[in-house]
Amino acid sequence: MGNQVLSLSGRLDSDTTGGIWREAMRLTAGRHSEPLVVDATDLEFCDGAGASLLLALRQQQESAGESFALRGLHEETRQLLELIEPSEAEAEEPSAARESFVTGLGRATLEFLTEMRALVAFVGEMAVQLWNAVRRPRELRFKDVVLIAERAGIGAVPIIVLVGFLLGLILAFQSAIPMQRFGAQIFVADLLGISLLRELGPLMAAILLTARSGSAFAAEIGTMKVNEEVDALTTMGLEPVRFLVVPRIIAAVTVVPVLAMLMNLSGLIGGAVVFLSLDFPLVTYVNRVVAAVSMADFLGGMFKALIFGIIVAAVGCLRGLQTKTGAGAVGESTTSSVVSGIVLIAIIDGIFGVIFYLLGI
Amino acid sequence: MEANQAIIRVEGLEARYGGNLVFDNVSFQVERGEVFVILGGSGCGKSTMLKHMIGLYTPFAGRVWIQDDDITASEGAERRAILRKIGVMYQMGALFGSMTLLENVRLPLEEFTDLPTEAMDLIAASKLRLVQLEGFEQYMPAEISGGMKKRAAIARAMALDPQILFLDEPSAGLDPITSAELDSTILKLRETLGVTFVVVTHELPSIYTIADRVIMLDKETKGIVASGPPEELRDHSENDWVRRFFLRETAESEVTSP
Repeated sequence: MGNQVLSLSGRLDSDTTGGIWREAMRLTAGRHSEPLVVDATDLEFCDGAGASLLLALRQQQESAGESFALRGLHEETRQLLELIEPSEAEAEEPSAARESFVTGLGRATLEFLTEMRALVAFVGEMAVQLWNAVRRPRELRFKDVVLIAERAGIGAVPIIVLVGFLLGLILAFQSAIPMQRFGAQIFVADLLGISLLRELGPLMAAILLTARSGSAFAAEIGTMKVNEEVDALTTMGLEPVRFLVVPRIIAAVTVVPVLAMLMNLSGLIGGAVVFLSLDFPLVTYVNRVVAAVSMADFLGGMFKALIFGIIVAAVGCLRGLQTKTGAGAVGESTTSSVVSGIVLIAIIDGIFGVIFYLLGI
Repeated sequence: MEANQAIIRVEGLEARYGGNLVFDNVSFQVERGEVFVILGGSGCGKSTMLKHMIGLYTPFAGRVWIQDDDITASEGAERRAILRKIGVMYQMGALFGSMTLLENVRLPLEEFTDLPTEAMDLIAASKLRLVQLEGFEQYMPAEISGGMKKRAAIARAMALDPQILFLDEPSAGLDPITSAELDSTILKLRETLGVTFVVVTHELPSIYTIADRVIMLDKETKGIVASGPPEELRDHSENDWVRRFFLRETAESEVTSP
């Protein structure tokens, strides 16, 4: 068995190394049992990528227990190789690389309990600060409340109207078709009135608020957290919950019922379009809706909207305050605020359904 | 006020970060009116130390006394009273992005005093003049440079005339001229208002200019390896790493240059 000689010439840089790498590996593949000599006499230039190729070839030979020699290497390339050569020392094991199942379980439990504790502390502080805001309204930053309410409320009007209108239109259209078979199209008005006021209006308004404003709260507060602005507030003696969370909750609670009402109204208008197309007069539609819907339906829906508002704002703010470091963390908080917001709304809506049923509302 | 009187006492402080020990049993004192610098290599816990001193982190063990109050054990109104005595400038300034510079500086005044609005405006503007930011009152933080942000942050930290200012890496990321201007601002505030400074930094030129005394934290020993005036540590420290730190020498160049 003789030596394999690999001659390199020209430039070995990040543009050319890719092809040469594959070629060199192909040529030496399956011949690791032979000594390898790399002839670099004609090598004009070699950068980090090229030097890595030389190292890779050497390592490949060494791991097969065979010799490797470099011939005619330029001085600059030799120095570069020395710089990037892996040191003899064993790579440091990252700490906590391996932990037993029991340790892992313990850590997970501890983390869970810590998070629960933080959640309870947050809810508690929020309640105290909200109560303080009610008791001493002068300390509330009304300017902030108005600004946030404007963005979360007036800014949401177009999308609420559009979604509400389409929702009413589709709901009425889809239910009119099967109902027509029984000659019961007139009950489309009842169906729309009850489902919108009791359920869909508040629910959809809350979901849209989560998507538009809950996420915005999480992103705003998260960015402030990353920029140490939340720390700055804390060391100024201004509690972040009072300063950042309370205005957002008050703003959300103020706008959600209004948005839910707007959603109801646009849904009913959407339904009316379908109803008119079925050749019923508008007055019939209005009378049916008024007869079918009770004040309790409306107030129940509004109450739900109010609770949803608190949930959306609180979850958005909490996720914002929980943001860790880095721009990616803000994105995570935003996503998590929308996901947990929507999940919580769905759960609480279900609970309300049961409670309203038991109360006979 | 008496000179050489401890304004901050750190006693047996132990900090952990996610289960890892950052430093252990660290004790030192900061004297009234001095510029005290916390030094150390990257990752040795300088900023962690600062955040324990201002009450943002709760220590694993030990206490931090600001004058005669233990900030680590305080909460509620007591904590707020301690915080009134200190001001903090964060690494990137941490100005509130939705407010103008004037509003940023005015915020602590709005929250903690019952001054009339025009008085608050006057005071806030004067604090901005103190850090050479006259004429920038109505600028938003996004419209000014990094060095100006840091100066505005000092102005905000000074809003309630605290006795102690904590600065986290004031000269990091600044050009030498801006950095020197910031140093002279610090010295001027110390001269005129007698403010005590606790500064975290590793900018050597800045340390020689402003520091009365430094402590050096070390990642290996998890504690203080040296303390004293910077020139003394540079010229006379027994610790090889400490001298190399001040002379900006790598381990190798120490071997080659006798």
